[in-house]
Amino acid sequence: MSTPVSDASQRGQRGVLPWLAAPALVFFVGFAVLPLVGVFALSFTTWDGIGAIRPSGLDSWREVLSDPALPHAVWVTFLVMVVSWAVQTPISILLGTFLANQQRYRAVLAVVYFVPLLLSSAAIAIAYKALLDPNFGLGAGLGIDFLTQDWLGRPTLAFSLVVFVVSWQFIPFHTLIYQGGVRQIPQSLYEAAQIDGAGRVRQFFSITLPQLKYTIITSSTLMVVGSLTFFDLIFVLTEGGPGDATRVLALDMYKRGFEANEMGPASAIAVILVLVGLGLALLLRRLGGRDASQSQFEGA
Amino acid sequence: MATPISRRTVLGLAASVPVSMALSACGTSGPSSGGGASYWFLSGPPQEGIRQGAVDRFNEANPDTKISTNTFLNDPYKTKIKTALGAGEAPTIIWGWGGGGLRTWVDAGHVDDLTSWFDENPKVKDKLISTSFGPATIDGKIYAMPCETAEPILLYYNNKVFDDVGVEPPESWDDIMALVPKFKAKGIATFSLGGQSRWTNMMWLEFLFDRIGGTEVFEAAFEGEKDAWSNPAAIDALTKLQELVRAGGFVEGFSSITADSNADQALLYTGKAAMMLHGSWSYGIQQELGGDFVPSGGLGFMNFPPVEGGTGDPSNTVGNPGQYLSIYSKASAEQKEIAKKFFTNGVLDDQEVKDWIDSGAVPILSGIEDELAASKNAEFVDFVYKTANEANVFAQSWDQALDPSAASTLLDNIVKLFQLSISPQQFADNLNAVTNK
Repeated sequence: MSTPVSDASQRGQRGVLPWLAAPALVFFVGFAVLPLVGVFALSFTTWDGIGAIRPSGLDSWREVLSDPALPHAVWVTFLVMVVSWAVQTPISILLGTFLANQQRYRAVLAVVYFVPLLLSSAAIAIAYKALLDPNFGLGAGLGIDFLTQDWLGRPTLAFSLVVFVVSWQFIPFHTLIYQGGVRQIPQSLYEAAQIDGAGRVRQFFSITLPQLKYTIITSSTLMVVGSLTFFDLIFVLTEGGPGDATRVLALDMYKRGFEANEMGPASAIAVILVLVGLGLALLLRRLGGRDASQSQFEGA
Repeated sequence: MATPISRRTVLGLAASVPVSMALSACGTSGPSSGGGASYWFLSGPPQEGIRQGAVDRFNEANPDTKISTNTFLNDPYKTKIKTALGAGEAPTIIWGWGGGGLRTWVDAGHVDDLTSWFDENPKVKDKLISTSFGPATIDGKIYAMPCETAEPILLYYNNKVFDDVGVEPPESWDDIMALVPKFKAKGIATFSLGGQSRWTNMMWLEFLFDRIGGTEVFEAAFEGEKDAWSNPAAIDALTKLQELVRAGGFVEGFSSITADSNADQALLYTGKAAMMLHGSWSYGIQQELGGDFVPSGGLGFMNFPPVEGGTGDPSNTVGNPGQYLSIYSKASAEQKEIAKKFFTNGVLDDQEVKDWIDSGAVPILSGIEDELAASKNAEFVDFVYKTANEANVFAQSWDQALDPSAASTLLDNIVKLFQLSISPQQFADNLNAVTNK
């Protein structure tokens, strides 16, 4: 990605610009790079979290990689990632397109849709848990049979519910991204299409969607990488259960580290999470092609 | 209400927040930061108020040596205290369950050896019942002060539900199995269970193991004997448990119910479930939350019934022989003095003893029969006292007795066992793999 900058402006800014990045860099090194190095080092040790740290070579890695719980956790994480992506993306694009128009009622709806994003994940999880309680929840309280199910007690239901709640929480955010993306599309494209006789559906598939390509990549990167670290919501909602039906990697890491006091294996899982996250982010950038940050507008 | 917020207040807040965050991030707010001692314990009625009351009275009597408190829910506390110990931020007085958890603190040198202090203060030691010292003793040394109450696990039942259905409380395992279809026909769950909390499920195995094979079955596993979990009595217990699950003995949705929310208690006192296996602390909760359920005699209780053909002693019980207070080794000398003063004068003072008994609990003091008999919960506290004292063996809960790593595997597998996703044999294999030494 080359950004042509004229020599004059480059010379003028060189003295100041690096310093502007310093505060962010300090925080990034202090709260991201250093812990990362620490976790990497811990993955070669045996530590119960409160006693002395003993180096133990590859023991933790061997334990984690030979544990049948790991492939299962990876599979659940992958499923959450794919299914929640597949649910969130179409809904977000449609809502974003819908909200991109400037009528007042759409502005009101935009505010309403935005509300879930303002709530903390833990609060959302506690609320859903209470509402869906098979004995004292919404279904039992109002006598609605359909709602009176063992939502969090059956593996498939619990998994679907996790995806649902995650989507409910994050669709507003991605809707916002798509709304911005749609508003960037030049009106002239639609005008030209109208003259050519294209209907709304045709306009959506031939103009809106292709023009949103890079917005989709941005939003998908956030969804996919973000779904690797889902923890709080699942922890409160199901604690990985029933059994291990919703035990994603991040939760597995926490349980090993802080419940079983095995910091070494937990750190190894953390390293795996970081590598997978980086790999996925790079892959998605690749998919976008090398010109990902260039304009798609007329004449570009 | 109508205090206007001046700009200065806002600016002051904005300025002070990052500073205090930076300070706490540097870890200077830990035990070394002078002042009084600190004490963390579990929240939730009625226990929280009683614990707080004891501290308040101590602080009032000793204004120069105050103790500050912090409370946590049961399950989050287990994590919090571990993290705090690892970070050197633990409170002066550490509340705990003794056993395997205490052992990890001892091994890491985080708690003080109190053996000599107890020798110098026989008055403190002698007033406590001797069985309570078991989980506080690691390799012959005492690392914690037993406190609060003896909490055996009991089988509770809802008298009204039994009357409505026209059946009698079970006297054996076969009775239990025979009751299940009768309650089911009336749309009532036979047993309430907060299955997401996992230790709730574990109590079932503790009793089935004991009643079928006696205490030695789990003891062998605890001692790390090879293939201890494959003992025929263990397999029989695991199989019986799964039979009860298959028969629909537990409330629908039990694996998503948490005990911390007290939803399992609510099932019993609202009559949606007929019985519940739970700790003796459950009585206080039901009294607090259940309206007139307890006062009107709705709550029945008994020891876990024997299993046909089992060799275990039916007087045995399991649970918490006491709760435990340890002193953080990195606390200042001054803080440790305050803690010991609290142990001597504050812990289980007359008012606290009265409060515990009023809540339906039995303090771990010897010779309190008169106080118990005078209580408004006389029938219940007397039963708990007898259960705790006349038990041939009062075993500690498995997850507290085992080290945390093995306990975690145990709890994970117990959930799967209740989910019927593993067989008894698989359960035994998985557990053998972690407890064999």
